[in-house]
Amino acid sequence: MWGSMFRWLDPYAKPETLYHLCGRLLPYLMGLAVFTLVLGNIWGLAFSPADYQQGDSYRIIYIHVPSAIWSMGAYSSMAIAAFIGLVWQIRVAQWAVLAIAPIGAVYTAIALITGAAWGKPMWGTWWVWDARLTSELVLLFLYLGVIALAGAFSEAARGIKVASLLAIVGVVNLPIIHFSVEWWNTLHQGATITKFAKPSIDPSMLWPLLVSLLGFALLLAALTCLRLRSQILMFEQHRPWVRQLVESKNGEQN
Amino acid sequence: MNPRRQKRLVAVTAFVLLLGGAIGAMLYALQQNIDLFYTPSQLIEGIGDKKVKPEVGQRLRIGGMVVKGSVRRVPDSLKVSFDLVDTGPIVTVEYEGILPDLFREGQGIVAQGVLVDKTTILASEVLAKHDEEYMPPEVAEAMKGIKHVPPSQLYKESDKGQQP
Repeated sequence: MWGSMFRWLDPYAKPETLYHLCGRLLPYLMGLAVFTLVLGNIWGLAFSPADYQQGDSYRIIYIHVPSAIWSMGAYSSMAIAAFIGLVWQIRVAQWAVLAIAPIGAVYTAIALITGAAWGKPMWGTWWVWDARLTSELVLLFLYLGVIALAGAFSEAARGIKVASLLAIVGVVNLPIIHFSVEWWNTLHQGATITKFAKPSIDPSMLWPLLVSLLGFALLLAALTCLRLRSQILMFEQHRPWVRQLVESKNGEQN
Repeated sequence: MNPRRQKRLVAVTAFVLLLGGAIGAMLYALQQNIDLFYTPSQLIEGIGDKKVKPEVGQRLRIGGMVVKGSVRRVPDSLKVSFDLVDTGPIVTVEYEGILPDLFREGQGIVAQGVLVDKTTILASEVLAKHDEEYMPPEVAEAMKGIKHVPPSQLYKESDKGQQP
């Protein structure tokens, strides 16, 4: 069953094919990402109405929420890649782990920093050790752990294996982050949009948020393509196809 | 699926399930320690099956809604006291300092301090909590009948004698 379901993916396990696929997708993804990010943020920051309670301060939501949601989305993708890389030993999946980890780490850092900047004027503190904030900080450490472990072995393949295992285990943290605000009492409020109910945000504020969410997702995809391409080139640098590629590029320049 | 892949699949899955189970059990055991604050009912009635109550002199956080009409300010100082409620019992918080902008009667707050007697907390820090709802002021007024006035405006209006 598994064999036939994912057969169509087989060609993309070949580094060369995936390299060219990423190269083709990259300009579209990046162009759309820039467009939606600019649209969502200008709409959210300048044109959506102020909040009845928090005034203009709430507008940081247009950066905070998308980066926080996709810090978890990036982690899930990284863990899925790690799982495929470990079980099926598909090398491009292993390289995808390395490609996604730093992007996810930066998303997490953005979520934490914008959260602190939002917490100071509204709650009255930059940081509090409540379950939501702490589990999101743990997510940052998981990303940093994956990056560090992958580079900690003289034999790259071994490092990736250990890092992949950590990435998979860290998935336990994702439901903890999401449900922390329900399981325990926290200073952080509950979910506004990521729930099976009507979003508790006015439509005039919701639409720019959704556009911004899409923008962060597209940016994540675009940066992953960009980084995966360089990972593929790095690990395949001695292969004939990469040499040919380099020679033809050099030929164009000369 | 070939046997080697199957073996790896089982090994990785077992490893993750075991570790996930261990972390889950740990969090379950630590449940009460992960809560950021006591609610007024937990403070007065105790937590869990054994009804464990915090002791007088203990440092803790309390979180609840500020009872309407309970905010008493001491003139010529920053001293303020107010009552907190969740589902029934009321706890009094005494505080000296600047309250956060979102502090209002009816607002959720979290205060950190020392329990000075069974129902009073001498707070060293007061944080405002806000809910997950966002809406423009007009919508809030139409839907919930709430009109939030920032403190700066409130004092201007009372200076003019529009508010008692």
